[in-house]
Amino acid sequence: MVELTYALSILCLLVGSISNLIAGFGIFHFPDVYTRMHAAGITDSFGTGLILIGLMLQTGWDGPIGKLLAILIFTLITSPTISYVLANTALKEQPPKTANTTHKKTDES
Amino acid sequence: MESYIHIIILCFLLLTSFAIVRMRDLFSIVMLMGVYGLLSASFFVLMDAVDVALTEAAVGIVISPLLLLSTLAATGRYEKKKRQQPFLALIVAVFTGALLIYGTLEMPPFGSADTPANRHVASYYINQSYAETGIPNLVSSVLASYRGYDTLGELFVIFTAGAGVLALLGLKIKSPKKSRSTVLPPSSMSRHHILRIVSKMLIPLILLFGLYVQFHGDFGPGGGFQAGAIFASGMALYAMIFGLQTTMRVFSRAWLEFFAAVGLLLYGGTGVVSILSGKNFLDYSVLSQSPTDAQHLGILLVELGVGITVASVILLVFMFFASHMTKVSE
Repeated sequence: MVELTYALSILCLLVGSISNLIAGFGIFHFPDVYTRMHAAGITDSFGTGLILIGLMLQTGWDGPIGKLLAILIFTLITSPTISYVLANTALKEQPPKTANTTHKKTDES
Repeated sequence: MESYIHIIILCFLLLTSFAIVRMRDLFSIVMLMGVYGLLSASFFVLMDAVDVALTEAAVGIVISPLLLLSTLAATGRYEKKKRQQPFLALIVAVFTGALLIYGTLEMPPFGSADTPANRHVASYYINQSYAETGIPNLVSSVLASYRGYDTLGELFVIFTAGAGVLALLGLKIKSPKKSRSTVLPPSSMSRHHILRIVSKMLIPLILLFGLYVQFHGDFGPGGGFQAGAIFASGMALYAMIFGLQTTMRVFSRAWLEFFAAVGLLLYGGTGVVSILSGKNFLDYSVLSQSPTDAQHLGILLVELGVGITVASVILLVFMFFASHMTKVSE
């Protein structure tokens, strides 16, 4: 059981780190604001969440698991909010775009 | 292994500062300064200076970019192109930098036992602090108990800074309308439902965390400076989402000025009480019968004073800048 938890936590940490790395590449590589935000936003929640879950599995019940859980909840609330604000501002400000970028009006903008 | 992490973070710090120097877009520079603050805070955590890291996280990442951003709204986004090439300034900077680096060559390596910092009073604090004050957090006991004068001086500096901003800018913050029933003009952010609801969820937690840091400073990392900055950043978030006018219904300018002075008075008054009881200034032993209780009470009062003044001054300065911003945009 202990070994299984350990393996699981290693897997979580690895996948989380790799997805954060991919996010970093994506921010530099993608052409316009929306695709970059896609790279940053999704992998930010996913990668950081996985790293935190991996750390929680490592610490066990008597470690600082509550703090990690609080950080996880905080990240899961704030990270999508930031993505939303970024997207909304981008839609309003019309930053430099490539030929493939399309602006679609939504109700709230 | 840990030294590699140190080296990587220091390299990032260097890169960030070069990027700040090279850029012309002030908005990006402010964002990069936030990144710089985050990196410094992580570095302080690695160096086991958790109290300093907490301060850096609150001030370097939240407060100072916030103040700079509200200034940018008034000044414009791009740096002007310089006419002359300041070669003299470059020479002076390079020379000073070279001298500073030359100075570090003589310094003992980090953490070595015979640095002046480790030979002088530090070992006394480390060995005697808990027995003398009964405060588990060494930083708090040194800050408020052994070095109470220095902290009082720092608080005076913060108060003077706030008073200076008030005196220099001298702007009137528009007071909210008299009748409470009128609907205030909503800020541009309050249309975003998601943002509003999420910040409604977070602001109470931020304020609660600020209070925790304030009153838990004896036992864990934290204290008045950190708590004041955290509390003020929570209120600044509220001001950004719900509008400056709404915030000023809760914290009007007069109250903030009053509280900035009250915090300082609380600190100084604690000292005066001990003088009046026949002891030295800021000698907490007069406050209670048992010496450790007296230390706890004294540090609590002093830290509360620090927290109140720091939070009020930061909020005052932020409100001044923000009200200037709305005036310019009109």
